[in-house]
Amino acid sequence: MSILIDRNKKVIVQGITGREGMTRTKLMLDYGTTVLGGVTPGRGGQEVHGLSVFDTVREAVDNLGKIDVSVIFVPAPLVKDAALEAFDAGITLAVLVPDRVPIYDVLEIHYDAREKGAEFVGPNTLGLLSPGKAVLGMMGGRAKSAQEWFKPGNVGVTSRSGGMTSSLAYYLSKSGIGLSTIIHVGGDALVGLPHPAVVKKFQEDPETDVIVIFGEIGTSQEEMVAELIANGTVTKPVVAYIGGRAAQKGTRFSHAGAIIEGNRGTYEGKVSQLREAGAHVVEEFQEIPSATLDVLRNLSAKN
Amino acid sequence: MARLHEYQGKELLKSAGIPVPKGRVAENTDEVRTVTEELEGEVVLKAQVWTTGRFGKGLIQFASDPDEAAQKAAGLFGKEVNNFTINQILVEKKIEITTEYFASLIISDVEAAPVMIFSGMGGTGVEEIVKKHPDKVSFATIDVIKGLKDFQARNMLAQIGISGKEQAKLADILVKLWEMARANDARSAEINPIVFTRDGQFLAADCRITIDDYAVYRHPELNIEIARELNRPPSELDRIAFQVEKNDYRGTFYFIQMAQGFDQNDNYVGFHGAGGGGSMMSMDAVQRKGYKIANFCDTSGNPPASKVYRAAKIILSQKNIRGYFGSGSGVASQEQFHSARGLVKAFREEWINIPAVIRLGGNSEDLAVRILTEYTRDLPAPVEGYKKDNSVEYCAERFDALVKKGSRKDSAKPESPSLSGNIYSFETLTGTVTYDYDRCLECESKICVSKCVPQILRLENEGPVLNITREEAKKGKCTECLACEVECYFHGNKGGHIDLPIKGLEEYRRKVGIA
Ligand code: SF4
Ligand code: SF4
Repeated sequence: MSILIDRNKKVIVQGITGREGMTRTKLMLDYGTTVLGGVTPGRGGQEVHGLSVFDTVREAVDNLGKIDVSVIFVPAPLVKDAALEAFDAGITLAVLVPDRVPIYDVLEIHYDAREKGAEFVGPNTLGLLSPGKAVLGMMGGRAKSAQEWFKPGNVGVTSRSGGMTSSLAYYLSKSGIGLSTIIHVGGDALVGLPHPAVVKKFQEDPETDVIVIFGEIGTSQEEMVAELIANGTVTKPVVAYIGGRAAQKGTRFSHAGAIIEGNRGTYEGKVSQLREAGAHVVEEFQEIPSATLDVLRNLSAKN
Repeated sequence: MARLHEYQGKELLKSAGIPVPKGRVAENTDEVRTVTEELEGEVVLKAQVWTTGRFGKGLIQFASDPDEAAQKAAGLFGKEVNNFTINQILVEKKIEITTEYFASLIISDVEAAPVMIFSGMGGTGVEEIVKKHPDKVSFATIDVIKGLKDFQARNMLAQIGISGKEQAKLADILVKLWEMARANDARSAEINPIVFTRDGQFLAADCRITIDDYAVYRHPELNIEIARELNRPPSELDRIAFQVEKNDYRGTFYFIQMAQGFDQNDNYVGFHGAGGGGSMMSMDAVQRKGYKIANFCDTSGNPPASKVYRAAKIILSQKNIRGYFGSGSGVASQEQFHSARGLVKAFREEWINIPAVIRLGGNSEDLAVRILTEYTRDLPAPVEGYKKDNSVEYCAERFDALVKKGSRKDSAKPESPSLSGNIYSFETLTGTVTYDYDRCLECESKICVSKCVPQILRLENEGPVLNITREEAKKGKCTECLACEVECYFHGNKGGHIDLPIKGLEEYRRKVGIA
């Protein structure tokens, strides 16, 4: 199973003729993702890596049949339109790779996604990868690296830091821990599928037994995960690490931000809430693999 | 989030139709005097700096006539507060306040929507108010497409017992605050306090507005110089770096000085990270070894070698750093040899005599470490490169050991090869590539052609030429991979050179006394 992506999901790339779009399409194809075509307005009729390029997403869908996922590599100011176009053509998952998408654009994408029953990962995401199955976005950089670095298994990884997603997945794999899906939820304050949404999907995924979270200071994502564990929605073991302990304090938005968030957003708040809920929170990044191994051992002892 | 000054915020509120006190900003005592004369009567002088509790710190003062205003302003101008020099004072007509309220628009990640907050008790210590008097605070989640509706605003006010004319007027302010925020891509917009004056008006007496960094490009009229949240005005080096980022869309480059004016004994490190999470972890590691961070810098998202080069040049333009520490997540998706070449070019130009430890784990790490270490062997100070299986702690230990050892060899910087008249040159996205054909003719390897990453060079009469049009090269087909300079220097005949100017850096270095 894995979450959100597998080998059978049909994928197109918006912005396929650009620098990143072209390179990452190759990565996805080489890794085994079912990429069927691409879209760049004004470039219909061209080919990229043997795939047809269409002017519009609708044309792509009309010609290629039902598409499940669109991976978007257009410049940040155009991301909103690209995502809306994908949803309008019936695509239910968009991966928004670009950085610097204006936050009101993200709010509008959220709005449209809710209306259409669609979901999105990002913006500002490296994407997601199910080892041995498929990759969306740019995780791993090269298919060969991605194959070497990430091994399949039963641990789901969700991270707020792009670079740390791959390094975490690499160090876990190196310790002999296999992974079901690795997902970088996106580095921005507002993303389509934050940690709590991803954790719920891992909870429902029969192939995932343990969930590993790379959290960060700021936003309420980790606190919401703590609530999900506390209220019994999430019962699978959770291992978590929160980055940014030493980061400068006082980057709160305003008084109002503090009211809404209460103790949310701080390192201490996140760690204590996750611990109270029953998650295994480690203090150092390099402890994550051993903590995960412990949890896996306990699980197999129980069974 | 790019933060606006109070007076800028008030201009936005005013043009949105929210009443603000009469007055305007002044930049010297004469202007203060003129504005005070225009306002007739008592005025308030408000220093335009970002700090809380301005009143208690004497940064808000009252004056009853133009002379007193000018005199008090003279005491404020030029004063340093939190790294800020006061050079603007907002002069406003003094108002008689009877009641204070608080309104704020934020973007909530929990709701994935904008949220309006209103408090009937004024905003000082509003966190306290919400705890002690939850009945005095109300919230409304805003539908981003429909916007905040007047009835929603009135419901918010009714909920905390505000009715009648007051309700109508305050609701109008809330709706306009939302409209202003949306129109200007405000990340947060707070009026604190909204005051009810003795003469029966509602006015926005103070405000704090931040603009979404990513949307600043839509608002040139706001004149935001650096679209970033800083708790001080940008330093000269911050400004220089920001221009680099602005003029090159490939990958991310973020640079901000964390300290200035330190000396050698202060143990500051030039830091070069990649990616937010990895950078934070790496800074932690080097701080645990007893160092302080001179600057934060992040080049990630697959930046070209030229961008990494410029980042390194800027980092090395900080005086008195003890060493150079580069580390990101450790397992980068990007091709790391680009970073290695960028660093080599910068380190050689600078002929660095402080140690550098760079963690280059990720794609092509073997090649990257080889490039970095082989091509820096003759530098006065050691340069070490590490891979994904070397932890950041280990790298920080190595760094510490090298700094403590302080070993430097006497090694004079080689003269840069002088250019003959026989040259071939073309422009790239942000620089100029030049080949010295007198050297190329005698070059056996012609390594530039085979190492050019996008393969855009070919040989013509024994010298490299573009295999594409000059326009294509300029538009980005030459990816500024730096191979035709760096590889040529060691394996060719030193005929390739790439000039990558950094606007303002030379002048800056001359001024602070870096050769
Ligand atoms: S490697 Fe250098 S010297 Fe040799 S041909 Fe290329 S640019 Fe000229
Ligand atoms: S000409 Fe080729 S080798 Fe030289 S900088 Fe440009 S892309 Fe690199």
